[in-house]
Amino acid sequence: MTVQPDEFIQRSRSTATFDSGKNLLDVKALKMHFPLTQGIIFQRQVGAVRAVDGIDFFVEKGETLGLVGESGCGKSTTGRAILQLYKPTSGEVVFDGVELTKLGGESMRKMRRRMQMIFQDPYASLNPRMTVGNIIGEPLEVHNLASGKAKTERVQELLKIVGLNPYFTNRYPHEFSGGQRQRIGVARALAVEPEFIVADEPISALDVSIQAQVINLLEELQDKFKLTYLFIAHDLSVVRHISDRVAVMYLGKIVELADRVDLYEHPLHPYSQALLSAVPIPDPAVEGKRKRIILTGDVPSPVNPPTGCRFHTRCWKAQEICSEVDPEFIEHAPRHWAACHFPGA
Amino acid sequence: MPELLEVKDLKTQFFTRDGVVHAVDGVSFELAAGETLGIVGESGCGKSVTALSLMRLIPQPPGKIVEGSIMFDGQDVLKMDDDDVRAIRGNNIAMIFQDPMTSLNPVLTISRQISEALELHLKMDKAEAKKRTIELLELVNIPSAKKRADDYPHQFSGGMRQRVMIAMALSCNPKLILADEPTTALDVTIQAQILDLLKNLAREFRTAFILITHDLGVVAGMTQRIHVMYGGQIVEKADTGELFANPKMPYTWGLLRSIPRLDESRKAKLLPIEGLPPDLIAPPPGCRFEPRCQYRREICAQQVPELKHIPNAKPDHEARCFGTQEGGWLANTDWRQDVGNAKELEAIKLEVADLPPEMKRIEAAGETRPSP
Repeated sequence: MTVQPDEFIQRSRSTATFDSGKNLLDVKALKMHFPLTQGIIFQRQVGAVRAVDGIDFFVEKGETLGLVGESGCGKSTTGRAILQLYKPTSGEVVFDGVELTKLGGESMRKMRRRMQMIFQDPYASLNPRMTVGNIIGEPLEVHNLASGKAKTERVQELLKIVGLNPYFTNRYPHEFSGGQRQRIGVARALAVEPEFIVADEPISALDVSIQAQVINLLEELQDKFKLTYLFIAHDLSVVRHISDRVAVMYLGKIVELADRVDLYEHPLHPYSQALLSAVPIPDPAVEGKRKRIILTGDVPSPVNPPTGCRFHTRCWKAQEICSEVDPEFIEHAPRHWAACHFPGA
Repeated sequence: MPELLEVKDLKTQFFTRDGVVHAVDGVSFELAAGETLGIVGESGCGKSVTALSLMRLIPQPPGKIVEGSIMFDGQDVLKMDDDDVRAIRGNNIAMIFQDPMTSLNPVLTISRQISEALELHLKMDKAEAKKRTIELLELVNIPSAKKRADDYPHQFSGGMRQRVMIAMALSCNPKLILADEPTTALDVTIQAQILDLLKNLAREFRTAFILITHDLGVVAGMTQRIHVMYGGQIVEKADTGELFANPKMPYTWGLLRSIPRLDESRKAKLLPIEGLPPDLIAPPPGCRFEPRCQYRREICAQQVPELKHIPNAKPDHEARCFGTQEGGWLANTDWRQDVGNAKELEAIKLEVADLPPEMKRIEAAGETRPSP
């Protein structure tokens, strides 16, 4: 995609929410704080876990946006807040022109048909007392899409689509292996023919040899049904493989957002650089030559995040300004945003 | 070089209601003093059970080491009485577990837990042990070690707890450290810190260690030799460099082809290993990998391949595969180009759609299920 120079300058100071007319999802200044309370009868709020603290991004129709970060950085919370599984503290979530945070129960329920979620743990996300047929068929009934014989047929079709034997409708989740259960979770998400799927670490609970089966399945389904994915993961190699664009999160903020190749070849934010260098590569020849940036210390608490840039406590480039001023999320190159006072190598 | 550890034909089984699980089925390997070995495999392949067997930590019942010998420093661990084993555990052989939260005692301070081993094995008195504990915590880079020694495990983060585990493992200057998935529960940046620390310490103290993991990336940079396990057996042994450059077992090929690499520039389609891992109660009669192997021939389902040296490979490179062994049909196969027989691949894919083997076995045994 080419960008006209004047258009580029115009939005270069703005946040990552430009409208190219292809956006399926726009997230603006989204905040999700969880209150911390004290006291038994009169609960006073004594603070808040700032799980997501003001993030801007967009997802274009038909693309896969990868969201990476370490545990506790707020990536899963972001996914859930977009689907309104949490009520966001502030900010906007615009899906296909509709602001979701202001929708009431019934209209939100109608929107939910268009967006679905695939969960991390295929052991916990399927009800052990329901048959596979009921699990996959439930969304069809909730949204009045099919019932009776039509429902059974649709469930069998869905099982076939995800690569399972269509005659398994009367079986229970415990009869399946982890990879097969994740396929059932995918079939359930597909049942209502959604446009947008949030996949929250869909493969991290699976074995190495099974992970590739599920990644390939997700890619095939995307082509077949023109799906848009928000793919949340902590494994950077997998995210590189599946995503068109990648957003890196640290402590409740997006620190960098860019096209896949841009981000992996020319990361601008020091955190992205450290994160990439920390991933071991299965090739001793390459591994021997790589220079590794080892970050010191741990991720600070999101209850009381550092002032200024949140990464300054672990950053080797940090100067005085970093602890004082929170860097803006700026477009440093076309479609490449980063929040850093000293971006680049 | 005299071997520090010599495991011969180790068989560990679990006796369950559904039958006997052949968790480790004839594993043999050696380790020299100061050497680093990686054991790679998926969950359920028997890699952790192998490690626990070395320390005689298999819960009994239901588990039992039914056969084999484990010679450590000239003594057979399996023939020792319990007191002798206790004298070795934590002293000569130490272990680092996957989850540092569940493997530390939450009601004892860190210093109490580390000095326990020092007082027991090295007969130090309390003051000495405390002093040594603080030294050890400094060694693993825990900031303000003196103050933090009296903290409880919950006051440490995941990475810090794993450092404490490493300090504890090092406390008695062991000759061998078994690290079972030491970084799996940690984030990548913390994983890099811990691996860096382990590597430096192993070099400094010349401790032999066995690194058990499912992550081929982790072993690539950490170990001298690698053993690949599948279905309770070692299926390939080679030098680390050799294994990645010239693997000789279709399972290893599959593993290398199925993981996306951080440094891959083009968006190539992943080639997964189709099918499901074997059921270790009723393992396949021939090669354990045969039901998922795209290169299989008739012989693979009938006979069990031995772990043998492979022609056109380094002398200590061994694999358990009829195809790549002397006179096999895969001798000249380029695993990067030739992905195997497409017809076999389709047949294996059908198996993914089907029930896992253990369910089939239960059904074949005539167990009733609620009718629809």
